[in-house]
Amino acid sequence: MTLEIIGISVLWLFLFGYVIVASIDFGAGFFNAYSLFRGKQHILTGIIQRYLSPVWEVTNVFLVFFFVGIVGFFPKTAYYYGTILLVPASIGVVLLAIRGAYYAFTTYGGLEHKRYTYLYGLTGLFIPASLSIVLTISEGGFVEETASGVELDYWALFTSPLTWSIVVLSLAAVLYISAVFLTWYANKAQDEPATELLRKYALIWSVPAIVTATGIIVELKGHNPEHYSRLVDLWWLFAISFILFVGTVYLIGKRKAYGVAFGLLTGQFFIAFFAYGISHYPYLLYPFLSIYDSFTNEAMAVALIIAFIAGLGLLLPSLYLLLRLFLFNKDYVQGKRNDHA
Amino acid sequence: MGNEESVFFSRVLTELTLSFHIIYATIGVGIPLMIMIAQWLGIKKQDEHYILLARRWTRGFVITVAVGVVTGTAIGLQLSLLWPNFMELAGNVIALPLFMETFAFFFEAIFLGIYLYTWDRFENQKKHLLLLIPVAVGASFSAVFITIVNAFMNAPQGFDLVNGQLVNINPILAMFNPAMPTKVAHVLATAYMTSAFVLASIGAYRLLKGSDHIYHKKALFLTMKIGLIFSIAAAVIGDFSGKYLAEYQPEKLAAAEWHFETHEGAPLVLYGVLDDGEVKYALEIPYALSILAHSNPNAEVIGLNEFPEDEIPPLYIHYLFDGMVTIGMWMTALSLVYVAGVWMKWSFIRTRWYRWLIVLGGPLSMVAIELGWWFAEVGRQPWILRGIMKVEDAATTSGQVDLMLLLFAGLYLILAIGSTVVLTRMFRKNTVEQELADRELEKEGEFR
Repeated sequence: MTLEIIGISVLWLFLFGYVIVASIDFGAGFFNAYSLFRGKQHILTGIIQRYLSPVWEVTNVFLVFFFVGIVGFFPKTAYYYGTILLVPASIGVVLLAIRGAYYAFTTYGGLEHKRYTYLYGLTGLFIPASLSIVLTISEGGFVEETASGVELDYWALFTSPLTWSIVVLSLAAVLYISAVFLTWYANKAQDEPATELLRKYALIWSVPAIVTATGIIVELKGHNPEHYSRLVDLWWLFAISFILFVGTVYLIGKRKAYGVAFGLLTGQFFIAFFAYGISHYPYLLYPFLSIYDSFTNEAMAVALIIAFIAGLGLLLPSLYLLLRLFLFNKDYVQGKRNDHA
Repeated sequence: MGNEESVFFSRVLTELTLSFHIIYATIGVGIPLMIMIAQWLGIKKQDEHYILLARRWTRGFVITVAVGVVTGTAIGLQLSLLWPNFMELAGNVIALPLFMETFAFFFEAIFLGIYLYTWDRFENQKKHLLLLIPVAVGASFSAVFITIVNAFMNAPQGFDLVNGQLVNINPILAMFNPAMPTKVAHVLATAYMTSAFVLASIGAYRLLKGSDHIYHKKALFLTMKIGLIFSIAAAVIGDFSGKYLAEYQPEKLAAAEWHFETHEGAPLVLYGVLDDGEVKYALEIPYALSILAHSNPNAEVIGLNEFPEDEIPPLYIHYLFDGMVTIGMWMTALSLVYVAGVWMKWSFIRTRWYRWLIVLGGPLSMVAIELGWWFAEVGRQPWILRGIMKVEDAATTSGQVDLMLLLFAGLYLILAIGSTVVLTRMFRKNTVEQELADRELEKEGEFR
């Protein structure tokens, strides 16, 4: 294994972590707002608040970790992606900032208003949409390199069906992941009505999630044939992922083993996410940037990997403690205690 | 938009983001230490007031930390978005502390969540206090790592530049650059100092607004003591910073002190104005600059005449520097007189006007923080990486920076209003007297 591969694997793993925890967060915000809109807020709010409150800040860190890490391991990405993403990334970060800050203002500061609940719900859709555009851009075809620098062709980007399919996939995946997780969480909390409602959402959103995912593979055939053929070579990984998907839907449908269902879902996304990543190899930005020509020097790479291992040694026990105290603490999950400052 | 405009707007946007972020970042670094001291005192003295102090500070802290986190995310991304050429170069040499900062931040975020939601969970309160240590350590180390990156921009080392190529890169050497010790120490000490004075300011304000509760008096005395200790530390470190500048960035020191010609036994120019290159109405302390720079009244101090015209920072940094130092001195004196006054039972420190001065001290300390950062950043001009890369060569070529400036200005406005409204409402609604009475009732309920 080369240093380049270790570097990109570490980053991809953290991005996967972000996709899962952020999806739960984004989806939860949306379901909360939607239930308020439908006048059913009493069913979901308690569950969602209890899950989100202690962990919201942690979610953000996964993202920061990814973008700081990628500039560390692959400094050339700062030049290419830094230049072309000025507008989309700025919009994404402004939405994230409003969402994060107003979450804290309402949860800890007692600022209560329907407006904020809707704001929180809608940003939960806009953020994944704006962030997913980066994946589309990485497929190539939207960036031009001229003498004065690199430029993004917005017109081509926003008229491409690929862009919009990836946006739809990101939204469907967010809502599906979130609903499956929250079904399990509500069930742990022994909250019957919330479990039923979330279970229904999970089943509804499973369909568009799998349909758009398949559709994107087909669209890539026309957009980036090289990537498409590498994807097809990995068909068996996607097949395993699909079997796990069927397993999740089966368990949720039969009202059985919600915890296992969420485990299968994590596996499904893990395999699909890595299969996509492997087929993207070696390009970070097709065809300008590969992991080899953008890689940092060896001394820095080794230092970063050592720092990463040391950091992980610190983080994993802390994350375990966080989960044990809140996610796996019966009294807390069932809302019997709060202990907020 | 030409590239000159991109450079200009990139500079304005970075300055805006940093100036806004630093308010919340400073509080975010300093307050956990204050909470820790208060909670520890409360446990040790078995004093409910200190515990409640820690509890109420924590609640306010969460709000400021939220804004700190999101604006920190913004500046983290903006480094790559606005200065892609700089990050491409710097990423090769100084990525390590940036990367480690995310771990420190991660660590802090996890334990802050835990600390916040376990206030009454443990029988033994010391266990709960233990959970705060990673928060305080994580917060301070975030500052350490980020300041290391800034120090590197001032005194880059740990690599060789051969024909435009970076070779012999040593990330550790880059981290431990000559600017690092004084810069890191100065940032930490002033963050603790400013946080203490901001909290003192709130305590003094409550006392002025009619609440005569002993709780506020305890809070005021505690924070003034902490503020005094760290303002003295900041002054001592400031002296070392002067010696660092004289050795490694003489043009920054010379510009800040309006020291135009290299000579021995240099005087320190305080205040004054610059009129057509002539210093007017200034206070000159003989030999003081030589002492500050080299601890020797006759030592030679390098002047601006040794540098090419286009490598000299703007001379207005003198005002920034003087402003920062004056506020620092003033706060040291104010807190020294207060602490001495409590011990010696001087009555004037309890007068309204003295309390108003303390109230003013909080915002004033924050102004000093801003002046200090403007001085640090403008004083490095025209370089983004001193001696290696100029700011004008580092900025993005994108033409939409002006729009992004408006977008972020709007964001910061929303966040500033939101956090102010929430913080004021939070503490006005739930007064200390009210909360103490509530907790008393709660306890009685438990015993019954």
